[in-house]
Amino acid sequence: MAISTMQEISSKNHSHIYLSSVPEKKKVQFLGVDGGGRGIRNRLAALGLVPGVEIEVIRNHGWGCCILSVKGSRIVLGRGMASRIQVI
Amino acid sequence: MAIDKSNSPSGKSPSNDLTCVFPQGSKPHPPASVQDSQSRLSQSSLLVSLVGNPNSGKTTVFNNMTGSRQHVGNYPGVTVEKISGKRNWRECSMEVVDLPGSYSLTAWSEEERLARRFILDEKPDVVLDVLDASNLERNLYLAVQLIEMHAPVLLVFNMSDMARVRGFEFDLQRLSDLLGTPIVQTVGSKNAGIDTLLDAIVQYAALEEKAPTPFIDYGPDIEAAIQLISGKLEETHPDLAIHKRRWLALKLLENDGELAEKYGNEALLECMRKQQSHIQSILGDTPEILIADRRYGFISGACQETMRSTVERRHDRSDQIDAVVTHPLLAFPLFFALMYLVFQFTFTLGNPLMNWIEIFFGWLGNTVSGFWPEGSESLLQSLLVDGIIGGVGGVIVFLPNIMLLFLAISFLEDSGYMARAAFIMDQLMHKIGLHGKSFIPMLIGFGCSVPAIMATRILENRRDRMTTIMLIPLMSCGGRLPIYGLLIPAFFPKQWQAPLLWLVYFFGIVLAVTVAFLLRKTLFRGESEPFVMELPPYRIPTLKGAALHMWNRGWLYLKKAGTVILVGSIILWFLSSFPRPATEYDSQITQLKATGEMEAASDLITKKQALLVSQSFAGRLGKTIEPALESFGADWRVGIGVIGGIAAKEIFVAQLGVVFSVRDAEASVDKLREKLQQDFSALAGFCIIIFCLISTPCVATLAATARETGSAKWAWFQLIGLTAMAWIIASAIYQVGKYFAIGI
Repeated sequence: MAISTMQEISSKNHSHIYLSSVPEKKKVQFLGVDGGGRGIRNRLAALGLVPGVEIEVIRNHGWGCCILSVKGSRIVLGRGMASRIQVI
Repeated sequence: MAIDKSNSPSGKSPSNDLTCVFPQGSKPHPPASVQDSQSRLSQSSLLVSLVGNPNSGKTTVFNNMTGSRQHVGNYPGVTVEKISGKRNWRECSMEVVDLPGSYSLTAWSEEERLARRFILDEKPDVVLDVLDASNLERNLYLAVQLIEMHAPVLLVFNMSDMARVRGFEFDLQRLSDLLGTPIVQTVGSKNAGIDTLLDAIVQYAALEEKAPTPFIDYGPDIEAAIQLISGKLEETHPDLAIHKRRWLALKLLENDGELAEKYGNEALLECMRKQQSHIQSILGDTPEILIADRRYGFISGACQETMRSTVERRHDRSDQIDAVVTHPLLAFPLFFALMYLVFQFTFTLGNPLMNWIEIFFGWLGNTVSGFWPEGSESLLQSLLVDGIIGGVGGVIVFLPNIMLLFLAISFLEDSGYMARAAFIMDQLMHKIGLHGKSFIPMLIGFGCSVPAIMATRILENRRDRMTTIMLIPLMSCGGRLPIYGLLIPAFFPKQWQAPLLWLVYFFGIVLAVTVAFLLRKTLFRGESEPFVMELPPYRIPTLKGAALHMWNRGWLYLKKAGTVILVGSIILWFLSSFPRPATEYDSQITQLKATGEMEAASDLITKKQALLVSQSFAGRLGKTIEPALESFGADWRVGIGVIGGIAAKEIFVAQLGVVFSVRDAEASVDKLREKLQQDFSALAGFCIIIFCLISTPCVATLAATARETGSAKWAWFQLIGLTAMAWIIASAIYQVGKYFAIGI
C-alpha cells in the first residue's frame, strides 16, 4: 500500500503523536521514527514496521516496554524507542 | 500442482495432507520423479543452506534433516556460530548449513551479512527458506529478498498444522506460481513432511530450468534510478548478468555499504547518492524504506490472492499467558522464581555429578600413583597424577554444569520465555548499559564463570556480549566460596561472618555494575542498541531440540576451551613443582621411614613441601611481587596462593596449606586459620578476601573468554584489568583502614 497513503498522511498536517502515548487496544498507523539512524529504520522495516502499516497497541502501562501487534506478530519496543515512533 | 508421493502411504498421519508444489514454468513441469531427478543431477552431493526468521522453527527443521550428524564451528573472524550437518538421502549426500536466523538481508547486522555472503559466494544448490506458515506475511519479506537475489529458493511452510488450526487456507499452487518458487509444507515439531522436503530438494536441484523470477515493480521513480545505476554498473562490470545488475542497483539504492565497497567506483557512488537524495526529495522518504514498503505491497497482494484466513487468532493463548508472565506485579517474582529454578537445576543437579567426576579422577590419580613404590618421588608420577590427570579432571568437571545449563537455556528459548525475560529485565539492565538478557549469564556466574561466559551466546549484540563476558568473573563463583570459608572465620567473630560473606558478594555485584557502566562509556561505546524484538508465541519445546543443543554445547566446550584449560593447568603445575632441588630434610625423612616413625616423617615431608614450594618458580614469583602484595597487607605466601588459584580458585586453600606447612589443609582448616591469624591483621585478612574476589580469573574462565571473544587479547585484558583493579581497591582499603587504625 502505500506510498500514496503515506504521503497523504504526512502531508495532511503534523498532528502525529508518539507511540508511547497511545493507550492499549488502540489501533494506529505507523509513520516513522524520530532521529533514528538508518540501521534502526531498516530493522523496524524488516519486522514489518513500514510507513502506513496498521499497528495495535497490546500493552502500554505508561512505563516500561510496549508490545505491539504488527502484521500478525508481536513486537516489543523499549520505552525509549516507543517515544520516538510517530504514529497517527 | 501437487506431486504424488509414491512413498507416503495414504492414511490419517499428519504428514498426509502436507503437500509440495512446484511453480508453473519450471522445466520439466511437473518435475521428474525423484529417481529420475537423481540420475539427472550432475553431482552426487548437494550444498543446501537454511535461512529463515528467528522463531520460524528453522532449527527444528535442520535437526530433523540432519539428526545428530551436526558440526558446530565459527565463521572465520567473527563470533557467529556456523552449524552444519550431513544427510544422505537416497543416492544423494547433502551438506546442510544452518545460517543465522534473520528478518532480512541488509548489510546492517553481522548475521545478515554472513547469510547473504554465504548465498552469494558459496552458491548453495538449494536455499531453504523456513517460514512460519501461521505468520506468512512478515516471513515472506525475507523470501522476497532471496527471490530478488535469484537464489535457488525453496520455501518451507513450517508449522503448517498451526496455520490450519488458526484457520488459514492457502492456494499453494497459485502462491508458488506468483513467487516462482516451489513450496513444501512441514510440521517441524512432529518431524512431518521432512521426507517430502528432501525429495523436493533433489527434484528442484535437478530441474532443467527454474521458473522465472517474479518482477516487483518499485514504481516509476525508483525504477528509473535502478535503470540508471544498472547502466553505470554495466560500464564497469560488463560480465554481470542483467538480473544481478538490477539486484545490485537496488541494493545500492538501499545504501548497502558492503556492496558499495565491493562494486562501486567514485562515479557510481556519486550517481547512487544523487539518486538517493533525488528519490528522497520527491517521495519524501529514504529509498530503503520505500523499497521495503513496495516489497510488503507485493507480498500483501500475493497473500490476498492466495490466502484466506478466518480470524487472526495466532496470539490468543500467548496473550493470555503474557497477561500473567509480563504483568507489572507478577513479572519479577515469576522471573526470579524461574531463574532460581535454572540455577538450582544447573548446580544442585550438577554438583553430585561433579563430585562423582572428582572422585573418579581422585581414584585414577591414586591408582596411577600406586604404580610407584610408597614414598618415592618420581617426576613422571607427579606429571601424570598432578599435571595430566588433575588437568583433564579439571576440564571434565565443568561438563555437567555446562550441559545442564544449556538444557535449561534451550527450554527457556524454545518455549518463548527468553524473549519475555529479556524485556522484563531490560528496564533494570538498560540503566547500566546492558541488554535484558545479560542477566542470565551474570546469574550463572555465581555458580561458575565458565558456563556463564558460554551463556553470553544468547546476546546478539557484540558490545553487550563483550561487556558481559568481561564482568562475569566479578560475580563470585562457587570456587571462591572455599576461600571465603577459610579466611572469614580466621579473622572475624562469628556474628560478623554471615554479613561479611553477603558484603563480599554484594561488593562484587556493585563492581560488576560499575565495570559495565565504564566499559560501555569507553571500550564498548556506541549507541546502545534500541530495544526492539519479536515476541514469539509460546510453544512447547521439543526434547530432541533441547538435547541436541545441550550436546553441541558440551562438545564445543571440551574441544575448544578444554584443550586450553589442560595446557594452562600443566603450566601451573610446572611452575609450582620446579625446580626440585634436594633438601636438608631428605636424609632425615629416609631415616625416619626406615625406623618406622611415620608420624615424624610426615611432619618433615610437610616441611619439605613448604620449602620446595617457596623455592619453586611460583614461590619465586610470589616473592618478586611481594612489595606489591604488601600494600594491602599480604605477603609472598598469599602470592603463591593467588598464583595457584589461577589453576582453579579452590586450589588457593590447598596452596596456602602447603606454604604454611599445615598438613592436609582442607581437613585441618582450623590449624591453618590459627597460623593466618598470627601472621595477618583482620584488616589485611579482609583485603586479601577482596583481592581474591576481584583478581585473577581462573585459567578455565580465561580460556572461555578467549574462545568466546575469538581472541586471546581479551583474555589477557580480563586477567590484567581485573588484577590491577583488585590491587588498587585492596590497597586503598588497607591504607585507609591503617590510617584510621581499623582492624589492626
